[in-house]
Amino acid sequence: MPLPRAIRQLMHRRIVLVAAGVLGVIAVLALAAPWVTAFDPHDTAVLQRLKSPTAEHLLGTDELGRDLFSRIVFGARYSLAIAAFTALGAVVCGTALGLAAGFFRRLDAPLMRVVDAMMSLPDILLAIALVAILGPSLANVVLALVLVYTPRVARVVRASTLVLRELLFIEAVRALGVRTSRILWRHILPHLMSPILVQLSFIFAYAILAEAGLSFLGVGVSPDTPTWGTMVAGSQPYAHQAFWVVLFPGLAIIFTALSLQLLGDGVRDLLDPKLKKVG
Amino acid sequence: MNTAPPLIEVRHLKTYFGKPDRPVRAVDGVSFTIQAGETLGLVGESGSGKSTIGRSVLRLVERTAGQVLYRGQDLGALRAEPMRRLRSKLQIIFQDPYASLNPKMRISAVLAEALATHGLATGPGERDTRIAELLELVGLRPEHARRFPHEFSGGQRQRIGIARALAVEPEFIVADEPLSALDVSIQSQVINLLADLRERLGLTLLFISHDLDVVEYLCDRVVVLYLGKVMEVARTDELFEHALHPYTRALLAARPVPDPNVKTRHAALTGDIPSPMDPPSGCVFRTRCPYAIDACAQQVPSLDEVAPGRWLACIRRDAILMKAPA
Amino acid sequence: MSLPRLTVRNLSTSFPTEDGLVRSVADVSFTIAPGKTTALVGESGSGKSVTSLTLMRLLPKTAQAQVSGEAAFVTREGRTVDLLQLHEASMRRLRGNQVSMIFQEPMTSLNPVLTIGEQIAEGVRLHLGLGRAAALAHARRMLDLVEIPAAAQRVHEYPHQLSGGMRQRVMIALAMACEPTLLIADEPTTALDVTIQAQILALMRRLQAETGMSLLFITHNLGVVAHHADDVVVLYAGRVVESAPVRDLFAEPWHPYTQGLLACLPGQARRAGQPKPRRLFAIRGQVSSPLSPPPGCAFEPRCNHAEAACRGAMPALVPAPAPAGNERQARCVRAVAKLQQAALARGVAPRAKPAVWSAKVPR
Repeated sequence: MPLPRAIRQLMHRRIVLVAAGVLGVIAVLALAAPWVTAFDPHDTAVLQRLKSPTAEHLLGTDELGRDLFSRIVFGARYSLAIAAFTALGAVVCGTALGLAAGFFRRLDAPLMRVVDAMMSLPDILLAIALVAILGPSLANVVLALVLVYTPRVARVVRASTLVLRELLFIEAVRALGVRTSRILWRHILPHLMSPILVQLSFIFAYAILAEAGLSFLGVGVSPDTPTWGTMVAGSQPYAHQAFWVVLFPGLAIIFTALSLQLLGDGVRDLLDPKLKKVG
Repeated sequence: MNTAPPLIEVRHLKTYFGKPDRPVRAVDGVSFTIQAGETLGLVGESGSGKSTIGRSVLRLVERTAGQVLYRGQDLGALRAEPMRRLRSKLQIIFQDPYASLNPKMRISAVLAEALATHGLATGPGERDTRIAELLELVGLRPEHARRFPHEFSGGQRQRIGIARALAVEPEFIVADEPLSALDVSIQSQVINLLADLRERLGLTLLFISHDLDVVEYLCDRVVVLYLGKVMEVARTDELFEHALHPYTRALLAARPVPDPNVKTRHAALTGDIPSPMDPPSGCVFRTRCPYAIDACAQQVPSLDEVAPGRWLACIRRDAILMKAPA
Repeated sequence: MSLPRLTVRNLSTSFPTEDGLVRSVADVSFTIAPGKTTALVGESGSGKSVTSLTLMRLLPKTAQAQVSGEAAFVTREGRTVDLLQLHEASMRRLRGNQVSMIFQEPMTSLNPVLTIGEQIAEGVRLHLGLGRAAALAHARRMLDLVEIPAAAQRVHEYPHQLSGGMRQRVMIALAMACEPTLLIADEPTTALDVTIQAQILALMRRLQAETGMSLLFITHNLGVVAHHADDVVVLYAGRVVESAPVRDLFAEPWHPYTQGLLACLPGQARRAGQPKPRRLFAIRGQVSSPLSPPPGCAFEPRCNHAEAACRGAMPALVPAPAPAGNERQARCVRAVAKLQQAALARGVAPRAKPAVWSAKVPR
């Protein structure tokens, strides 16, 4: 589908538009963090602790007097970065796996057994186990989450590859003598873009939630790093005194994940009939 | 009688699919030869195995038994890379012009890929020139190269498919029902195109079709298939004037002639085509054959040369020859 | 002469699309006499399938079709109704009951989760009010009627257990279960092997003779038309370009498109008893896009006999001279004028031998 028409169609669904808008705002804020915030997120001011939202502290302060607004905006950087790298990593690894399993008959069974094994554990448990093995750090959280989400992508990519492999134009290029590597790269992969893009947006959303969950449980990044999850975790004991310290980071998590999901829905609806045309 | 070695030789080809204990016997012991420059027609209905034969000859589908020889060389014995390179000489045109082109590739890319795969037209500017030549060869215009497949009609897409096959400079082309998906008025355009190209480029064709009229027009010799086995082989004019096999006769009789004044012959064949998973014992055609006797169920009739260039697989040939030609 | 079973007048069906209004069927008129077969002949874009779906009121609602015209159908009770104006409820009472349809793809036209007996019985119970046991018995009789062997067992089988030819027979049984007076067959044998096709066509012919039903046979296969139709209506780009009784059409086609269709058949090349021609006759070019039709006659860009006048305006469908009872029409300015003169000179005698028309071989 040509791009202008695609965007026009996307704009027809208002909720997708709203979701995209929200994400845009969050992304811009995250990028421009030093300029839109008045306070340093690490600055403690014990005298100002647990203050409710005022003109000076838009969202109030947390238990150490740190400005909540600044922490959330800077936290967006961490959370979005972790989620983005996770999504990209899972998509790249999952696509490679799924392509191999779907295209080469002999690799299918062994690769899918590995995938099945990984998917037999619930996401969070697997993530916790991996972080426990690897140790808590930003990179390890990303690595663990990539391993958790790769099988999901692999399955979807494999399913589409199985269908594509049987299509007549693939047989036609095989008959021409085109090399297998080129067939995979030039003929199969472009047709996988739709399911891959959909998976990308969903994993992005899951990763936000997963990172928050892991950090909340204390098995994510180190508590010093200001991600939304650590914020909720750290401030949780004070929630009954000053509800905003968990409310606002929580809302940030919810809005971001929800917007990503809605955007993913919209992208999928847009691209689905296109996939049907090929398969 | 041509005594030169054949370009393509198929010996006792068998291609089975599915479970080994009860396979689909798509091709069940087929042998024939194709001389250079000849157009051989492969006719049959569903389950005859004609499409599978075309694909087996090109190793797009792996055979179960038998041999396919190209210029005396066993194609099945070749390793992957030599086979890949040989593909430039052995090409195919598909039945479905809509599905045989990648919808996301422009025609220029389609043809450029074909050329690049076999290192043709590599010089600067050579590629674009060659693409324009190929398009004109099939009756399209050079500016069509910029478009995508969905911008073309079925007939035009089939021409593109032909251009792609010709791009790699083949000697031999399998045409797998290239007209079936096209309108009648477009079919004759493509038939003319194929005949022209065949003459200009000296192509050898294996023409697979269920349309006997087209086969009669285009082919030099015809192989009649039923349920994976050869029933009859003959020169086109001999086959159509005086068919020997009961199945061939039934096929010819079943064709509706576009003239209301010609009396339709009685539809001689009753019953359905059996499944290739459960072919009848002995002669596979005996369940529908008006001449069948008990002996037909006992052994598979051998394909014998009953006259120079005329092969027949039927034990009842004497009874048939006694009767007037259908 | 009795009333025609179906009289279609100025039928038009258009579909709004993103790129404009597509007129799939424009100004189509024809009649079908009781007990006779009318063939609707055309290729892609001719509008033949849309015509049948419009008559049966089976166009999907999402298509938002704009339909105009009249389709006068004479019911069993002798009333005349306009199929296009009926309420959906009334149409449903006619569908499967007095007017039936069979489709090209028997594989997808049958419900895979119901036995064939149940599917046939469904229509019978609905329209004829039979009880379950009686309906199944009727279904078995229908399977016998369409020459399916071992009907008693088959009645309990599922569509996937049958071959293509068998399934098409089941479709015919389904369509005929309530003894319709009009059967619309949309390319019923195109997807079948030629030996099976011959059987199915013979079956349909026999059933028609036995029940006296009218048949609207939609096809692109002129060989089938020659032997199974009484009248022929040729469609091109949504319009009727020629209609005639079958023998007249084949003996002396008037419209250049009909002439071209007949001339380009490879079977035709052989029949003359002469050596094989080096080139087949071919109609050059292809059908114009429905979104950008030519200004005048739709066939003009492909016509070897086109004149300047042909580009000016769409020619009208003109009745041409023919003996009474053999009405012929053609939508071609040139052909009709020329033949009108010739016929006047001859005194309008019908030809028996096939005429040899000069086919200019294109590039």
